[in-house]
Amino acid sequence: MYRVVERRMIVPNLHLLTVEAPEVTATVRPGNFVILRPDELGERIPLSVADWDAAAGTVTSVFVQVGASTAKLARLKPGATLPTYAGPLGRETEIEKFGTVLCVAGCYGIGSLFPIARALKAAGNRVVAILEARSSYLLYWQDRYREVADRVIEITRDGTRGYRGHINRLAEILALERIQPDRILVHGCTFQMMRVAAETRPMGVKTIVSMNPIMIDGTGMCGVCRLTVAGKTKFACVDGPEFDGHEVDWDEFLKRRETYNPEEVHPLRRSGCASHF
Amino acid sequence: MGKQVDTNRRPMPKQEPFERVRNFDEVALGYTEELAREEASRCLACKKPFCVDGCPVEIDIPGFIDCIVAGDLPGGARKLKEKNALPAVCGRVCPQEEQCEKTCVLAKKGGPIAIGRLERFLADWEAASGAVERPEIAPPNGMRIAVVGSGPAGITVAADLALLGYKVTMYEALHDAGGVLTYGIPEFRLPKAIVNREVDYVRSLGVELRLDYIVGKTRTIDTLLSEYDGIFIGAGAGLPWFMEIPGENLNGVYSANEYLTRCNLMKGFRFPAFDTPLKRPPRVAVFGGGNVAMDSARTAIRLGADEVHIVYRRSKQELPARAEEVENAEEEGVIFDFLVLPVQLIGNERGWLSEIECLRMELGAPDESGRRRPVAVKGSEFRMKMDAAVCAIGNSPNPLIPMTTPGLEIGKKGNVVADEATGRTSRARVWAGGDVVTGAATVISAMGAARKAARSMHETLTGSRAGST
Repeated sequence: MYRVVERRMIVPNLHLLTVEAPEVTATVRPGNFVILRPDELGERIPLSVADWDAAAGTVTSVFVQVGASTAKLARLKPGATLPTYAGPLGRETEIEKFGTVLCVAGCYGIGSLFPIARALKAAGNRVVAILEARSSYLLYWQDRYREVADRVIEITRDGTRGYRGHINRLAEILALERIQPDRILVHGCTFQMMRVAAETRPMGVKTIVSMNPIMIDGTGMCGVCRLTVAGKTKFACVDGPEFDGHEVDWDEFLKRRETYNPEEVHPLRRSGCASHF
Repeated sequence: MGKQVDTNRRPMPKQEPFERVRNFDEVALGYTEELAREEASRCLACKKPFCVDGCPVEIDIPGFIDCIVAGDLPGGARKLKEKNALPAVCGRVCPQEEQCEKTCVLAKKGGPIAIGRLERFLADWEAASGAVERPEIAPPNGMRIAVVGSGPAGITVAADLALLGYKVTMYEALHDAGGVLTYGIPEFRLPKAIVNREVDYVRSLGVELRLDYIVGKTRTIDTLLSEYDGIFIGAGAGLPWFMEIPGENLNGVYSANEYLTRCNLMKGFRFPAFDTPLKRPPRVAVFGGGNVAMDSARTAIRLGADEVHIVYRRSKQELPARAEEVENAEEEGVIFDFLVLPVQLIGNERGWLSEIECLRMELGAPDESGRRRPVAVKGSEFRMKMDAAVCAIGNSPNPLIPMTTPGLEIGKKGNVVADEATGRTSRARVWAGGDVVTGAATVISAMGAARKAARSMHETLTGSRAGST
């Protein structure tokens, strides 16, 4: 059993979860994820690692509450235990001195991209962070990013903070800010990663995305996380989760992610809110 | 001689097909003591028992059969356990018709002794009697062993070495022990209570079980080598093969691993009581002809499918599945499309599988496996409407350990190369056995390889010869 040290909502619908898992802390690297189960009846779900504390033996993730399993996670209180917490899984992020690196993040990805931004800075890169949300109250960890990034740019849909609009203003914003990235990393919802990949294709800058498919074991055993990259089938759990965003078959990926949407909302239907679906 | 030869193989009571297709309970109910004795009494007690030659772990088959005839069931159980740590499992999942029962002299007369059923009977009797005998454990020898994987091979090595006084830690990547016995083989063929019983037995010998521990990720083999005197890799063959035909990433197309893991490990058949969803599509095609294909097809039937097809490119004769499971699948209404090869999967506008395109095959000259090679019939394309497809064409070993263990020799199919007689790998103090070495094979062959490795580990690490194990 793995003890929950902290679970709190950091912004509406996004939760921070810190769990005691010294075996994971010992080998975790930026870009890894873990697989956990909320309880004995629960699904195995992957969560990207957002930080860890080697001395305390704890691992932190940020997750978005979407379905039955994450609803269970969102109810956890400190001191609760998880029956499964396995990792670190996935390949680690390639960290080198690239020059100027653009870290684009949204949603839970603001959390999961943080240790990568920190490692990229430590490797001698100029790090520019772009944090995107619908509104200012949905942004978090800007202070943490300011510690590791040379520049932090915010984009909000309603203009309550930073640039007003959407990530599809990326090229325009980069021009305004006179930033010429040598490498781009994107962590966030599928739509955001797909949009950024589309925006950066004409720039010819390598754009790494962190894919977030359905998973079960997370070790290459079931193949449910497969996606097409450069025309070849890859398993996100062992070949990724990071891939070249310009090579991903986004259409197929989006469809595969929807496989269990009806089942995801099953608890809602039973709760009497069926009229909304 | 003088003994009347009785070729009437006693059938084993089973759940009726119309009944069992609506539940996940075990299909075969096992012999009663009376039936077991009748069946055992048919044994001719050959001076030279060919059945033993057919057994990968050389169980004293005439010995335990004789005990059943004499009513000495504890003695029979003891004889089984001498050579086989998992008789309740093997009695259920071994392909006996290819092994012991194939070489039984009565096989020629059409009625080989039902050795598997008798093995199962004894193992179940022992468990039910509560009088499970535990062999004596040697005093601790101070040596530490890491066993990677808690499937049939891992369980065997862990038990053998624990009995010899080693401190054994068994590492499992998933959240339940048992490997393929747990995530792969369905409840209706191998109840999980039996697997748990075997795992509990190994733990009762002092073996420590560490779940959620992915060797190759959480720790590498090299890190473990600094903590342990020896390592056994029994990580199985967990990487699913796909057909590599167009449309395989459509929604509704599963690897058998995914389909069965959702059902067995995650209990998806009990969704929504359990959170992991499992679809219940009306028309399901299963590609392949082995036990995994039969398990998948019969799972689909139990999930309420109207139409389940086994699509197999060779003919009935070449089906690699256990004969009993083929028969069960037929009784349960699985449709067998023999000599058919899927060539393309076709989806609807929402990205879900809707049709499969296939080719008819005919059998040509024998190939390297000795089976007649299926050859496509030109222009024989046809389509079948399907809502789901399960790919059960095989697995190779998971690459996580090969990728992270420098100097470990890896074969062409991603398998760990190990000496057949000893299980030694190219790395010092590292042994391997089971599917991770051979590719997907049988439970009993994995156990046989594991036993040899345990013996070699003991000889190497203590410089002594193992006793009677």
